[in-house]
Amino acid sequence: MGAQVITVTSGKGGVGKTTVTANVGMALAMAGKKVVCIDADIGLRNLDVVLGLENRIVYDIVHVVEGRCRTRQALIRDKRVPDLYLMPAAQSRDKSAVKPEDMVRICEELRPEFDYILIDSAAGIEEGFRTALAPADLILLVTNPEVAAVRDADRVVGLVEAMGKPTPKLIVNRLKPDMVRRGDMLDTSDVLEILAIELLGVIPEDEQVIVATNRGTPVVLEERSPAGQAFRAIARRLMGETVPLFLSEDGQGVLGWLRRLVRSGGGR
Amino acid sequence: MSWLDRLRGQPSPRETAKQRLQVILVHDRSDLSPGLLEVIKDEIIAVLSRHVPIIAEEVRVTVTQDARECRLVADIPLGNRHGRS
Repeated sequence: MGAQVITVTSGKGGVGKTTVTANVGMALAMAGKKVVCIDADIGLRNLDVVLGLENRIVYDIVHVVEGRCRTRQALIRDKRVPDLYLMPAAQSRDKSAVKPEDMVRICEELRPEFDYILIDSAAGIEEGFRTALAPADLILLVTNPEVAAVRDADRVVGLVEAMGKPTPKLIVNRLKPDMVRRGDMLDTSDVLEILAIELLGVIPEDEQVIVATNRGTPVVLEERSPAGQAFRAIARRLMGETVPLFLSEDGQGVLGWLRRLVRSGGGR
Repeated sequence: MSWLDRLRGQPSPRETAKQRLQVILVHDRSDLSPGLLEVIKDEIIAVLSRHVPIIAEEVRVTVTQDARECRLVADIPLGNRHGRS
């Protein structure tokens, strides 16, 4: 038993893997779960910065793999929530420094102590991708509603299935409801129809994410942020709750409610 | 998308994106390029023509998909012995 290992991946880079890992990890911890986030993007570490923990790194995952510290020593505890830990990547090494079997071993060691282990995968489909996927019980595939990102996501679905891993669950990140309404952007339903995998969540484009990343305080800590709400909903779904999907084309809050009211009135 | 484009009956960028993705993914998933499909079509025509009369110019070889399953579909109209082909 022990922790569920969840690997966050994508095909294309820059679609928000690290943001998803940090926020979903923190949301699970806010809900009282014991969580460790592992940065598997060796050489291009970022999860520490998004979580705002970059100044506290002493040891990293490569030190663990090379036996230069104990696994526990490479874990940084986030003081904002009860039970969130980060295992940072090494910045000065390359992807070959951690092999798939190393990742499996680290996860096996951490499993008994945690409820969730989240792995932030490197972009692309090379060595680092296989390392991040090796211990996964569940794979979250992040994409943006645009042609290149969806195409690359489809490639990942095929590769994951070829590896004999469970079919990934989809997270559509940075959806702009206004653009969808104008017919200028792919909607979640389009992406789902094309990829034909299960949807776990939709995160609306939200400027607060950039503000949060600048500060090093994940947006999920902002009560009112639409993206933060979407991340909390994803965490609850991972914990087995049924939470309605953020599919509303009108956004949340009072404005969205008013829009829906006006539209339903006008339709009759 | 502007109202003028809409008035002209232009497909929306959303529709265009979806259609482009569908075409791209048929080829990505099956690893069959449009050029290779032409080659396959010509060879099917050559083989079948030895046994039955077919209407070569109406033969269609396409890849279809249902969820994540791809299928190579050949539509081969038969000519009749006396008249066409």
